[in-house]
Amino acid sequence: MNVANEAVAGHHAPHGNHGGHLGAHGATHRQYMVGFLLAIILTAIPFALVMSHSVAGTPLLIAGFAMAQIIVHVVYFLHVNSSEGQRWNLVALIYTAIVVGIILGGSIWIMHHLYLNMMPGMMHGRVR
Amino acid sequence: MSTDQMIMRDGALALRPGYADHAADALRDLRQSHDAVDFQVEHHHDAAATAQLGFWIYLMSDCLLFSGLFATYSVLHGHTAGGPTPQSLFELPYVLVETMFLLVSSFTCGLATLAMNRQQRNATVGWLAVTFLLGLGFVGMEVHEFAHLVAIGAGPSRSAFLSSFFTLVATHGLHVTCGLIFMAVMMVTVLKKGLTPSTQTRLNCLSLFWHFLDIIWVGVFSLVYLFGVAH
Repeated sequence: MNVANEAVAGHHAPHGNHGGHLGAHGATHRQYMVGFLLAIILTAIPFALVMSHSVAGTPLLIAGFAMAQIIVHVVYFLHVNSSEGQRWNLVALIYTAIVVGIILGGSIWIMHHLYLNMMPGMMHGRVR
Repeated sequence: MSTDQMIMRDGALALRPGYADHAADALRDLRQSHDAVDFQVEHHHDAAATAQLGFWIYLMSDCLLFSGLFATYSVLHGHTAGGPTPQSLFELPYVLVETMFLLVSSFTCGLATLAMNRQQRNATVGWLAVTFLLGLGFVGMEVHEFAHLVAIGAGPSRSAFLSSFFTLVATHGLHVTCGLIFMAVMMVTVLKKGLTPSTQTRLNCLSLFWHFLDIIWVGVFSLVYLFGVAH
């Protein structure tokens, strides 16, 4: 039983190394280290910016660092790449990113304009 | 010397006829079983790839669910109804520690995956255990934060801002809790069954889930906490 497992496992490893599917078959220790260090840096910088209250236009910077960190996580932790075996993973990811962009951007845009065009007296109990 | 070898060879030749059929049969059996193993491996490989694509599509749909909650929070975060504002509630250093718990746990989850790829059962379970404890620390800190907010009168019913805040952050926390249960089940499975191909497929799904939750937390940390204090 053990021998059979070893044989199957031994067979399995080389198959996965073509970068075929997700889940870190071809992943290396170095990838995780690089991803981890980049993630810490990309978390620490916006945190320091907010804590020191020093820079104008901080919200945009925060959004930029968040986007960068998400990309780092996707590349170094989820190991998404453009290899053939991952085509549908990538397609699903890009589609999701577009829909998330529409939902987030659209909601904020529409609701902001709605707020601006609202007559002042219509919003009872509203402070800001 | 050469005569001896001749005799030896003769002896071997004499032996062969009886043995040869047997050996050929054994060889054929071996080849067939090897083909069967190959077929099983190929079959499993396809099944594993399909399972992981399915899990990936689930993660993407979960991402859409979160995007709705993020959008709701973005729209409502200013609607404090005279109650506490994000600036007055959030303690960034506390949240940074939470963030680090989750980030380090994502890294140790990666180390568990590497150990699994090397077929090291104990190291896999060990790193999963470290990941589990870090995740538990994160959930503990979050529950503590929520209890504190409710205690000072900043519960989910206080304002639209707090309703959307609790919905978004607690949904993430609930996902992490489910991830912890998944992880506990996988640790027991690996200890009992070892790193079989089907166990490995499930471990890969678990690691995808865990890394995905860390990505969602990057959004929460940035959009909710950093934006909230920076505004």
